[in-house]
Amino acid sequence: MAETQIADFGLRELVTFRVGQQDFCIDIMMVREIRGWTPATILPHAPPFVLGVINLRGSIVPIVDLSARLGLRPSEPDDRHVIVIAVVGTQTVGFLVNAVADIIGINQSEVQPTPDVASDATRAFIEGVIVTEERMLRVIDIKTVLPKSMETAEAG
Amino acid sequence: MSTANEIRQTFFQECDELLEALDDGLCEIDEGIADESFDLETVNAVFRAVHSIKGGAAAFGLDALVHFAHQFETVLDVMRAGELTPNDDVMKVCHRAADHLSDLVAAGRDNEIVEGDLGTEIAAKLSGLVVGSESAKPDNDTESETFGFVPLGLPIPTNTDDEDQELALNRFCVRFTPSAGLYTSGNDTSLLFRELAELGELEVTAETDRLPDLKNVDPGESYLSWVVILLTEESEQSLREVFEFVDGLCELQINLDLDATMPEGSPDATKDVDDEAQASSGVAAEESDSPTMVAASSPDSGTERAKPATGPKATVRVNLDLVDRLINMVGELVINQAVLTQCIKDAGLLDRGELSTSLAEFRNLARDIQESVMAIRAQSVKPLFQRMARIVREASELSGKDADFLTEGETTEVDKTIIERLVDPLTHMIRNAVDHGLEPPEQRRAAGKAETGHVKLTAAHRSGRVLIEVSDDGAGINREKVFQIAVEKGLIPGDSILKDAEIDNLLFLPGFSTAKEVSNLSGRGVGMDVVRSAIQKLGGRVSIFSQPGKGTTMSISLPLTLAVLDGMVVDVAGQTMVVPITAIVETLRPKAEDIHPLGADNQVVSVRNKLVPVIDLGVVFGHRRTPAPISDMVLLLVESDGSESWALAVDQIFDQRQVVIKGLETNYGHVPGVAAATILGDGNIALIIDPEETAHRSGPVADVGDRARLEEV
Repeated sequence: MAETQIADFGLRELVTFRVGQQDFCIDIMMVREIRGWTPATILPHAPPFVLGVINLRGSIVPIVDLSARLGLRPSEPDDRHVIVIAVVGTQTVGFLVNAVADIIGINQSEVQPTPDVASDATRAFIEGVIVTEERMLRVIDIKTVLPKSMETAEAG
Repeated sequence: MSTANEIRQTFFQECDELLEALDDGLCEIDEGIADESFDLETVNAVFRAVHSIKGGAAAFGLDALVHFAHQFETVLDVMRAGELTPNDDVMKVCHRAADHLSDLVAAGRDNEIVEGDLGTEIAAKLSGLVVGSESAKPDNDTESETFGFVPLGLPIPTNTDDEDQELALNRFCVRFTPSAGLYTSGNDTSLLFRELAELGELEVTAETDRLPDLKNVDPGESYLSWVVILLTEESEQSLREVFEFVDGLCELQINLDLDATMPEGSPDATKDVDDEAQASSGVAAEESDSPTMVAASSPDSGTERAKPATGPKATVRVNLDLVDRLINMVGELVINQAVLTQCIKDAGLLDRGELSTSLAEFRNLARDIQESVMAIRAQSVKPLFQRMARIVREASELSGKDADFLTEGETTEVDKTIIERLVDPLTHMIRNAVDHGLEPPEQRRAAGKAETGHVKLTAAHRSGRVLIEVSDDGAGINREKVFQIAVEKGLIPGDSILKDAEIDNLLFLPGFSTAKEVSNLSGRGVGMDVVRSAIQKLGGRVSIFSQPGKGTTMSISLPLTLAVLDGMVVDVAGQTMVVPITAIVETLRPKAEDIHPLGADNQVVSVRNKLVPVIDLGVVFGHRRTPAPISDMVLLLVESDGSESWALAVDQIFDQRQVVIKGLETNYGHVPGVAAATILGDGNIALIIDPEETAHRSGPVADVGDRARLEEV
């Protein structure tokens, strides 16, 4: 649905947020809700960027520290942090970010390929960049930032 | 397309019910054989079940199924005509046929083809039965042949009814009373008669008795009825085909004129037609909601229908996903209620009389709703038991041991998922009971027992759990042999001194098999250890009890549902976790002198002179780096397959309560050592520990390297 709209109008709506000192964004169609940080229950043997699981109205939702996942400094979550709940396929995952900024509408043609300078890790997670007057927005490829065990879980 | 699929699905659902009814009926006949007390109605019910399967199968072009059902039906028809008296042998074939029928249905559902000549073999046996009775009354066959196809009016492949057409002229007497609906739907009686005339010599008499005076005539009403005498070579089937399109719009009685072709002249024929009408009205009512169809159930069958109406209660077919969603939501409601209570308590408002009363009411309501919803998922174990009856039949045939299968507590209700997952372990246990449990007939005779062995399967509710027992009256466990084998296989040291119960439990060790030769039945490399772990995965326990010379009993104790679990809520280095109660043997606070260090950082605790390794859950789950002093902690003694035990060290025990199980797999994946998660009263998540996996992972093999690898995942 979202994709057909993109094809038809070339228009995309993105939710922008701040992680560390950088601005990122994801497609709004993937975002289910945005909520304040609540302490998560630690998952044993989880990768360091998985903070744990929280109770989202009865479902168990894992929380990914986006900062740690993107190779930036791991966050120390407090009340000012925000969780962006996203739906990826059949999975519901929460991403811990510093703050949500706004929602912007852009033309698909405004998304530029990720410059080569970025490190491998960063480039893998970034679908492209958008340059506006005062800032650069990195478009996150949400599927790649999921922890690996989430993908393997489907096979098992 | 999707409608066709839906109808197809409905058909297979109905098949399941019909197969169950079929099995029921056959068992009822079984019981009545000795004193010939079985009801003819039971035979009719069995016949109708097979017949309905056949009818539906034809509509979906499942030729193999139709063909076999037809052969089966022929036998049953002869039986209900009283020309074949059911005895043990006949019933054995019937049971086999029912089993094969259910195979064929399953194959049809999965679009597979049943391999092998089992079907042919059974079919041959079936026709053997018919031939036996036919030789006495050769005329019967055509007559029985004709009943197959009335109710649904479906396109039946011709091979089923062309088989043994007789060329003798039949004299049919047809009484045809159209309803007003027949005319309003555009049918014309004269066309029907013209079509009949093509079949043979026709004589039509109109009955005008009900025709009122002209001034009273309602032009929309139907007043006429006809009596048709037809001399034809065709079967009754062809006659009915003529009336196919007005089925349900008229009263139709077709009698083979008995004076002409059936010298025995029994009134049975008429009765059969009535039965058929009865069956057809039943099917019609189910297939279509059209009011005319329902109205078609002729008044004379109405009286007979009153009886079965008292039988099964009305049911609704619901998509299982919907039920699961409801269960989920109710689970959340219960959690939400707990959160709410906590909030109100925290706000210090709980003392207000009214508030706490309504809160208590709310809690009770939520609990009630939860229980009722769980009850929707509950199913009786009857279908499961019926499947097991089949296993016994097959096993006794293959092993050459006669076995009677007795069941008790068939109506016991258990969660559907549990029933599904019980099939394999129970199958294995039943096979074992026949193959290993029962002695061969000679040996039984020598021991002064009846040659026919008994295998008993019972189910009962016992203090919030379900208890299922498989028992046989065989020789019991040969403990010497079991011990010897266990030693030979290196499972236990040769000088072990074991109690009887401990020897019995050796059977559950992985890789244990007592069968000298690997028989076709049990011993396919699947041991009792698999049974045990399958049961444990369901939160159950298996135990074994054996008396030499008297037999063996295996009991399975299971939770009523998989959605809820009895757990011990514990504190593990500041994290709240839940340990399933079923796994815990005992809890203890160790004395300092009972704890012994072993190696660099391992410790064991001695419990009644048995040394048990201690596992600090805080370390296993990475909540702390170094083990805390054991003396401050509480140990939970857990046991697993092969009677291995571990002591799980936790900081403290909070509570023991029922928790709603929530899977981690949907949104995350499997976490080593963690079975699932649950939501606590305060809305926080607690992980439910899988004690066995935890213990295995933390065992001596899991060194630092392993742990590091885990973290990479």
